[in-house]
Parts: sequence; C-alpha cells; structure tokens
Amino acid sequence: MPLLKDRKIVDDAWTLLADDDEIPLTGYVVVSLDRFINDSGAILACDGPIGVRLTSEQSPQLIAGALAKLSLVQLEFPVFTDGRAYSYARLLHRLGFVGEIRAVGNILRDQYLNLKRCGFDGIELKEGVTEKDWAASTSSFSVPYQVAHGTAQSIMSLRERRMARND
Amino acid sequence: MNGLYLQLHAYMLRVAIPYGTFSSKQMRKLAHIARTYDRGYGHFTTRQNIQFNWPKLEDVPKLLAELADVEMHAIQTSGNCIRNVTADPYAGAVADEVDDSRIWAEIVRQWSTLHPEFTFLGRKFKIAVSASEYDRAVIRFHDIGLIAKKNDVGEMGFEVWIGGGLGRTPMIGKVSNEFVPAEDLLSYLEAVLRVYNMCGRRDNKHKARIKILVHETGLDELRAQIEEEWIAIKDSSLKVPQYEVDRIRAYFSPPEFKVLEVVDRGFEIKKFESPEFARWVSGNVVTHKNAGYAIVNISLKPKKLPPGDVTSNQMEGLADLAETYSFDEIRATHEQNLVFAHVKQSELFELWQELEKIGLAMPNIGKVTDMIVCPGLDYCGLANARSIPVAQRISKRFSDLDQQFDLGELKLKISGCINACGHHHVGHIGLLGVDRRGEEYYQITLGGSGAEDAAIGNIVGPAFSSEDIVNAVEEVISLYVETRHLGERFLDTYRRIGAAPFKSRLYPE
Repeated sequence: MPLLKDRKIVDDAWTLLADDDEIPLTGYVVVSLDRFINDSGAILACDGPIGVRLTSEQSPQLIAGALAKLSLVQLEFPVFTDGRAYSYARLLHRLGFVGEIRAVGNILRDQYLNLKRCGFDGIELKEGVTEKDWAASTSSFSVPYQVAHGTAQSIMSLRERRMARND
Repeated sequence: MNGLYLQLHAYMLRVAIPYGTFSSKQMRKLAHIARTYDRGYGHFTTRQNIQFNWPKLEDVPKLLAELADVEMHAIQTSGNCIRNVTADPYAGAVADEVDDSRIWAEIVRQWSTLHPEFTFLGRKFKIAVSASEYDRAVIRFHDIGLIAKKNDVGEMGFEVWIGGGLGRTPMIGKVSNEFVPAEDLLSYLEAVLRVYNMCGRRDNKHKARIKILVHETGLDELRAQIEEEWIAIKDSSLKVPQYEVDRIRAYFSPPEFKVLEVVDRGFEIKKFESPEFARWVSGNVVTHKNAGYAIVNISLKPKKLPPGDVTSNQMEGLADLAETYSFDEIRATHEQNLVFAHVKQSELFELWQELEKIGLAMPNIGKVTDMIVCPGLDYCGLANARSIPVAQRISKRFSDLDQQFDLGELKLKISGCINACGHHHVGHIGLLGVDRRGEEYYQITLGGSGAEDAAIGNIVGPAFSSEDIVNAVEEVISLYVETRHLGERFLDTYRRIGAAPFKSRLYPE
C-alpha cells in the first residue's frame, strides 16, 4: 500500500509485527496494543523507534503514559463509516504526542481532507491512488469554516484579518 | 451527507433551511423546483427543512445547481453527521426571548458545516437552539438542545441539554451544564461531540445515538468526561470572538419597524366586523415584541392536503405575501407550519384575505387538526402503516372549527413506525402505526409534550385497527370534554386524572 506523507508517496520504513514475531533491535516496528502492554519490557528495550497500532475500539488514552516513547501511532479505520479515529488523532495531539499519526484501513478519497485537518501525518492509500488524487481531494474546499488541527486559516480568522486591514 | 434517499416509490431530496429562516426569493426557487422536477408540491418537515418527494435521480445535479443559485443546498440533511441546526421560529419577534436564537444557531451552523472530525459519527446528531423559557424548538428532545440565558451579571450563556431524542427509545434530555458562557459555546460543543464520537456505541445502530451513551454511562460520569475535554480545549481558537458575534448579529438586525400604537383601531374594528377574521387572529396570531406588530402562523394543515405540504402556486403566493407584509422573510416551524414574524396589525386583515385566496388561512394552529404527521407508508420504506390518510380522516371528523376552538390546545402527532418521525411520543395524543399480520394498526399514547413541560406519552393499551382508530381518538377526546375543569387543556386534564379513566373508556370490560 502506498504511504503518503507531506503530499508525497514515500517508502515506508516501518514493519507491522505479528504478536509472535521477534522484536528486532533496530526498531521501526509497529506492534498491537496487546503486545505493547504485555511485552513492554522487550519493546522499550529496543534501540530503534517503536510504533503502536490501535483499533477503532482502542482510545489513545490507553497509551497516554507511554506517548513520549513512541514515534508512530497507527489508527485503524475498519470501515470508512467508523469515524472514531478522527477524534483519536485530535486527542493524540492534545495529549502532546509529537510522533507520526498514521491512518490505515478503509479510507475513501472524499475523506482525505478530513484526515489532514484532524492532524494525520501519514495515510496508507489504496493501491493505485496517486499524489495527484490526494492533491485534488485535499484542495476541493479552499477555506474551512471551523478551526481544526494545523495551520489552515478558518473563515473566521480570515474575516478578522480583513477587518484589521480595513480599520 | 447530501439528503438524497431512495424511498418507497422514488428518490426524496431534503433541502436544508438553517434555523428555518428563508427569503421570498428562495421560496420562489423552491416553487420552481417543485414544479419543474417534482409533482408541483413540497413538504415541510419537523426539522424546519423542505423535502421533495418525486425528483428523478438524473435531475438531482441540476436541482442542486438551482438551489445553489439562491444559496441553498442539501448538505448535512442526511448521514451520521451534525444535521441542519434548528431554532425558535419566533426568534427576533417575541418578547420572551433573551436574544435572537438564530444568531447562535448560525454560529453553530458555521462551526458544524463540513466539520472534519464529526462527519462520520456513530449516528446522526441534531442540535436545536432557543432563547426563551418557552420551548418552541423541542429543545429537550434533541441530541443537544441549547437555551440561551443571562447570568446574574447580565452575561450571555447557554443551558445545555444532552441526550434527548424520540425514535424507538424516547428520552428527555438532561442538563449537562447549566451555564456555558457564550464565548465558550463552540469548545463545549466540540467537547461533547468528541466524547460522543469516541465513546458512543458503534455495535448497534439502534443504540448509537448520544441518548444511549448518556443512559448507559450515567449523566455524572459523562459530564465529567465532557468537562475534562472542555477544560483542555477551552482556551484555544475555538473561543467565539465578540467581533464575530457582532458581525453575525448584524445579519439578523431587526427590520425597520415603524413606531406604532400598541393597538391598531382599524384592526380592532375588522375583528369586530368579521368573526372569521377574529377567529383566525385568535388561533394563529401571536403578540409581537414591537407595538403594533404581530407574529402570524400560517397553517399548512388545510382539510385536504397532507400536513406540511405546499403547492408551487401556494409557495409563490406566500413569497409575494412575505415581501409585502413581512419584510421578505419566512420561517418554517418544527410543527410543519410557516411563520411571518413581523406583520403590522393594520395589515393583518389584508394578509388574511390574501391567505384565504391561496387556501392557507386555516385558523387551527395548536388545535387538534394541526397535527404533526410523518410521510408514512405512502412514501417511506421504513413505515409500517400509513399516516396521512389517518390524519385526513381525523381532520374530517373534527372539521368543525367551533369544536376545535372549544377543545383548545391539543397536540396530536402521528408516526407510521417506531422511528417516530411524526413525534408521536410528545403528542398530547400520539398515534403510532404498527403492522399486525399485514394489517395497519395504531397504538395510542397519551400525555406527551415536546414543550418546556416535556414528557413522553404513555401507551394506553392494545392498538386499534385503521377502521376503529378515529373513533378511539374521538372517545379519548370525549372523555376529556366530560372531565375537564374550566379552561383546562387536554394535557392538564390527563395529568390530573391519569391514564386509568381513558383506559376504561377505550377498553370497556
């Protein structure tokens, strides 16, 4: 699956481990929440970066205490209609997580802009989706009404700037 | 999220009318759409929207483009997102409000439009705004109901009700916060929605509304979760700046009212001369906050048409009348009627005559024939029974206006299935269509109210056949007439004497 970060399709340095796979010392592995909880000694002893994958039933609150040690949190969309992970992404930011937040699973093109605005850094795209598709989908609305994650200027703040200019 | 549904016989398109307020120009466009793409009529809904029941799928793009010409759309009128925001239909015109609730509904509308985080919720999410102790927006039966009020030092804020709803599990909302300062409104809403989005059930769509989360989590626990989230995000760019409130307020600034006498002499004379006009005034006209003006309710419950339906010709007539008599502005109400909010008393007689000409001068607001009725099995694929024909038979049975006025306020509401689109749970008398071995039957509930005295009606006993249901309703009403104290509404009589006398009347040994 192509991984998109910062508008580009990039190589994915990370490997998703099954719960009985060995933890490599080099890191760059993603483990399930169960594995992370049950095997935290071995996982945190690893020198390299570690990621955790959360299902849509698992709130980031469950790993709030360990966020400083994580470099990646993957949030699953089991079906495109299950929108819990949009809030999980915003919660991760609010909890001060500075690593990568990645969306994985069943995601539709119409949802790219929502993901971007909720602060996902990486998206696993479906096979065949291109950077162009991403660019087209995320530019379909020029200005958002409301403040969300990131630097997009809301309509409200643009109005404020215009008013300041007119004063 | 575009409100296009495949119904029983055709597609239905639901068009958003934010807080139910729209202009004559928009009404004319709706008339044109009904005539060009539908069968010459539209249907006003209980959420202040309008539905077209017969558009062809291939016409929908053109239809949406026509709507866009008058700044209308169908976005967020379906789907598991924050739906079109509703408000008090008397906003800006009635003396009992602390503010024009549409200003805050508009702020909520902007915040909730294409919200990136809340577009794929567990279930649909409905918000209503009021600014009065009198509830004309069914605040207590919304996912979130907001009541604007002022604190001891005159600052504006909101009492927040969460977890109300009808449907198969009716629940009265509960107060999650007694006073959220106005500038913190959006951060509070965002906190409620975030907690709901993360914690609401996803395993069963019938248990996915926030009312179930409130019920299963418990109000205190859920309130604590909301508060925690709210405190963390309150002091952010979600604060509503005063200049933005002022800017939006300007769009709702009062029209240029003339300084008039409290009572117009000509108006009083016309009432004296025409008992029919006087009756319409007493039934449909409400006191305005400005001297010499009036709020006019226009009943969409004439004898023959389905409740809430308006023809293209009527829509065009209404558009002209709104321009002439009410500052070019029309309101849709949750009771499926329309409101002209600012009419001069001195022009009421003319307006009444003009409404007569287009068949919209029924003086039955709040009376037994002013029913809320869902589309039922005539249109809807979910329904178990037809609603409209029962409504029409009840209308016919109680067509005598003297009798209707004698019965006074009596809210009768009919749903064709347990999804309760006809709000039967909050009817003083509610009828629910059920399927009994392929036959249409109707269950009666009594004692519900969607107003500030909110209550969910009680099922009185086994359902009646379609043939018997109108007689049963008449029996219920007869018992009320025999038992009432002077000036007592049906609902108050029911509350005083309880369900038992009605039961024995309907189900004699």
